[in-house]
Amino acid sequence: MPSRGWWPLLRPYVMIAPAMAGIGLFVLYPIFYLIKLSFYKYNLMNKAKSKYIGLDNYHQIFTRGDFYQALGNTALYTVGVVVCTMVLSLLAALWLKRKSRWNRIVQAGIFTPHIVSIVSIALLWMWLMEPNQGLLNYLFKLFGLPPSAWLQSSKTALLSVILVSVWQGIGYYTLIIVAALQSIPPTIYEAAALDNASRTNVFFRITLPLLSPQLFFILVIMTIGSFKVFDTVQVMTGGGPNGATSTIVYYIYQFRTTNIGYSAATGVVLMAIIGLLTFLYFRLLARKVHYQ
Amino acid sequence: MASIEFVRVTKSFEKSSVIDNLNLTIEDGKFTVLVGPSGCGKTTLLRMIAGIGPQSSGEVRIGGKDVSRVPPGKRGVAMVFQNYAIYPTMTVRDNIEFGLKNNRVPKAERTRLVETIGATVGLAGYLDRMPSTLSGGQRQRVALARAMVKEPSVFLMDEPLSNLDAKLRAQMRIELIELHKKLGATFVYVTHDQVEAMSMADTIVLMNEGVIQQEAPPEDVYRDPANLFAAQFIGVPPMNVGELGIDGVRFGFRPESADLAVLSGAERELAAAAAGDPIRPGAGAPKPAGADEARYAFRGRIATREMLGAETLYQVRRDGEPGASFMVKCFADRFAVDQEVELEVPADKLFFFDAAGDRIRRDHPAHDAYVAALCSREPAHA
Repeated sequence: MPSRGWWPLLRPYVMIAPAMAGIGLFVLYPIFYLIKLSFYKYNLMNKAKSKYIGLDNYHQIFTRGDFYQALGNTALYTVGVVVCTMVLSLLAALWLKRKSRWNRIVQAGIFTPHIVSIVSIALLWMWLMEPNQGLLNYLFKLFGLPPSAWLQSSKTALLSVILVSVWQGIGYYTLIIVAALQSIPPTIYEAAALDNASRTNVFFRITLPLLSPQLFFILVIMTIGSFKVFDTVQVMTGGGPNGATSTIVYYIYQFRTTNIGYSAATGVVLMAIIGLLTFLYFRLLARKVHYQ
Repeated sequence: MASIEFVRVTKSFEKSSVIDNLNLTIEDGKFTVLVGPSGCGKTTLLRMIAGIGPQSSGEVRIGGKDVSRVPPGKRGVAMVFQNYAIYPTMTVRDNIEFGLKNNRVPKAERTRLVETIGATVGLAGYLDRMPSTLSGGQRQRVALARAMVKEPSVFLMDEPLSNLDAKLRAQMRIELIELHKKLGATFVYVTHDQVEAMSMADTIVLMNEGVIQQEAPPEDVYRDPANLFAAQFIGVPPMNVGELGIDGVRFGFRPESADLAVLSGAERELAAAAAGDPIRPGAGAPKPAGADEARYAFRGRIATREMLGAETLYQVRRDGEPGASFMVKCFADRFAVDQEVELEVPADKLFFFDAAGDRIRRDHPAHDAYVAALCSREPAHA
């Protein structure tokens, strides 16, 4: 048995050691290794030929046009997905908040895409969006609208990818907002009715502030997720046409074999951008979020 | 100018009807308390007045005008909810101001009203705080201020004191009585607590299972209950009730109406002898004084004693006889547990109820016969 003197001091560290080992091994080590890689011109065939090049990779990133194109696409994609998904799932949730059998069926329906693999969804939508035989253009023609090139034009490709992501995400976020709406005590709405509040006033002064913790959570989670979009781009467009849908993660992926140091540096930049965005969200919005 | 009338009002939820064909008039400027056990429909009535749970059929009139189609915010009523229903995302000031803003009251007027009402309810220093930083009593005051600031002609209160501790509740009761006196508005107050009903009401409306049992001032409900339910609901402890054994009639008396006396050794022997003697005369016999007056007498043992300060509660029971147990309230604390006692109730303090639970009053033809039957009972009889 260890003596009484040092064991109480040591005990807490021994207790958390397994968890810390896990974090160190699976979180801290990969991050630091990524950062280390980003300073090298790394040779995958012969490790000995790898060369420390300092900030050259970063210098290269910020002077290359294709990085800015990927960054721009990613930003557009993120704004599009976050705004559309939040607005649409809020509207859907307001519509579905009443507990009825029909509403439960609809809710289950719009949640279903969430349990389907994104690859299957992407393949399905590629088929729907096929310009000549696809269902979407068929419907467009039926209603007398001009057909769209969807994924095959650099003008509409990014929009098409956004459409698929929004379609896939709505159900999940609707579920979160519906749960939040149902937890608002009905007497608050009754009190508002007695206070002669109009519907818009009730929505903006009561409902929206009471939903703010959930909406803020969704905003942060979705921004992070959208900035890291990869699978839809990989399956549906491969970054094309002409780099129109190339996103940062896809950009990183493109250099996985040819220049791993460069792709590591891009990964570090992406991490910094997401960290900065999240920090900004908390600085600018956290005051407006009302926690019960 | 705001009396409230219910005319043949029915309310049903899904398939079950909670209130069926009810008529009630609540007088203008009075403090009316709707009281009854949970599920009796009192809150349902209140919500109909507010318009947040409209009636299924019938008419609700406020100030003589049918308001069935008037939205809640335009009925001139304000409501204090049981859980206060304060807007958690707004400051105290915004909470109080919200109704005024919606009614387009000018800003200067709004500020003046909020400051005065805030001071009246004792929230002057808290106007810019968030409700989550306030105590239960302070939140209660925010809810009250939010109702008062609209200067409504009708105040509705749904068990507003039930979430407060006992001391604060007693204090708020007095403040509400004073508030009613000051505002002169019609107050409709819902509670399941008969103490609140008795202490605050001008008129008590006692309800059970959607039916009004009695509608009268508190003292009348207490002294002259309309039926067995009213007799047993109002009063702590409730009225003692026993079977008369004739026509399914039950008799009752208030715990404080009974006199207790210890049986002396001699009386106890006499009583024991009398118990074995079938031709012994009526119950008055072992009693030395006041024998000319008819009295109900009952002998038993003190089973429990509760010393409540000013008064003491005794439970007088005869073992092995179900129903032979009465509560007695005495202002002198003279008895001990396990003493043999005799309990006496003067005839004019006795109440009788028929098999359906309705009161048999003094002018009922059978009343005197029931009194005679009860008062001639053996004290040792159940």
